[in-house]
Amino acid sequence: MTSPATAVLGKAQRATLLTPVVTNNPIGVQVLGICSALAVTTRVDKAVVMGIGVTIVTAFANLAVSMVRNYTPSSIRIIVQLAIIASLVIMVDQFLKAYLFELSLELSVFVGLIITNCIVMGRAEGFAMQNPPWISFLDGIGNGLGYAIVLLLVALARELLGAGKILGVVVLPVTTDGGWYVPNGLMLLAPSGLFLIALLVWLLRIWKPELQEED
Amino acid sequence: MPDTQSTRYTVAFAAAICVVCAALVAVSAVGLRERQETNQLLYRQKNVLLAAGLVKPDESLSDKELLAVFDRSIHVRLVDLRTGDLLPEDRMDARTYDQRKARADPAASHAVAANAAQIPRVPNYGVVYLVVDPAQRDRILQLVIPVDGVGMWGTLYGFLAIERDTTTISGLTYYDQKETPGLGGEAGSPRWQGLWRGRKAYDENWEPRIVVIKGPAGPPSQDPHRVDGLSGATITSNAITRMMQFWLGKEGYGPFLKKFREGA
Repeated sequence: MTSPATAVLGKAQRATLLTPVVTNNPIGVQVLGICSALAVTTRVDKAVVMGIGVTIVTAFANLAVSMVRNYTPSSIRIIVQLAIIASLVIMVDQFLKAYLFELSLELSVFVGLIITNCIVMGRAEGFAMQNPPWISFLDGIGNGLGYAIVLLLVALARELLGAGKILGVVVLPVTTDGGWYVPNGLMLLAPSGLFLIALLVWLLRIWKPELQEED
Repeated sequence: MPDTQSTRYTVAFAAAICVVCAALVAVSAVGLRERQETNQLLYRQKNVLLAAGLVKPDESLSDKELLAVFDRSIHVRLVDLRTGDLLPEDRMDARTYDQRKARADPAASHAVAANAAQIPRVPNYGVVYLVVDPAQRDRILQLVIPVDGVGMWGTLYGFLAIERDTTTISGLTYYDQKETPGLGGEAGSPRWQGLWRGRKAYDENWEPRIVVIKGPAGPPSQDPHRVDGLSGATITSNAITRMMQFWLGKEGYGPFLKKFREGA
């Protein structure tokens, strides 16, 4: 017999994995990780790699933090979490440089900044410190995916409207290449990310009215 | 279970975490280094081909195909920048020569007079990529030289390809730059780099003349010495002008290009 707390992928585990994707989305609802969401969403391929990177880091940071949670002295727990997260981020960066070199040239700066992504620390301190390893790992995956989905949506809009392309493939032929679409330059600059994320935050609350905060 | 709040335990725990994290980071860095270095070399080689127009910016080639094109069409040589002479090929292996490292080594570089490009030292030997006819390897079609200089946020590293006449520019790329994306960063865009094609690096007295101006320049046939400025990026534009003047000048590849011109 398996109790709900120890099942591999029972109801509780599925909920932990899936709620952060929509109803408790780290960007849309918890409003964490905004800074990097503005920077890496000019192109879809960058957003995908960043989303995967954050998912891996959040998941394994949660796993490691949760594994040592009962041994961690509370006075240095934040530093311990940071050391774990920073090590994982460096490993992801090294891996990108070895296997996705040309993308890493543009992403390296932001990959380094995963360390400061509030989602990673937020989940380590807020979830992994109180929960067993497996469920913490799932929570990390869920939150990473929630972040990745928002990044993907914003990047789709920005690359399409800003450069007329999706994943580098021309969808709207731009005027500089003899097409008809005048690209919206603002979409390639950070402020447009802010507008689009705000739009998503709003739409999410229309779709799920229970998320609306009271004034 | 030991007392997790005691000072001794805290210190021991912190030390243990540090050792484990350091070991993981070290293993990944060392284990992947070789692959990373191969990538960097390949990326530089790709940019030499881009500058020479042998590979198109939107063309996607596998590493193997890229290397095949490079081996077929490029002959890497070293130039003694003080005299402008090509170094005999058996003196040093040009393909493994690291120009950036040589520059930081006092024994392999020399100081140059104060210049607008703010370049303090130049390596004794500079790489030159001779673009040769694949069918007849002693026929040189173009020369590709590395150019670099300090821009707004960091050093821009690139390659300038010149025709046999040593003044007609056939291409330019920047493969490593940290300029503001959308402004100075446009120096890395194939569109802007394409504007250099067909312009002349030197004037009739063989002084470096190419300059990035403010605003648009005319077509190469009418306005051979000027290139459109990068909008909103005066510092980057000026930096590019200065690095071109330096590397085409007498402290850079000037003497080599002069000898090539007179000999060829």
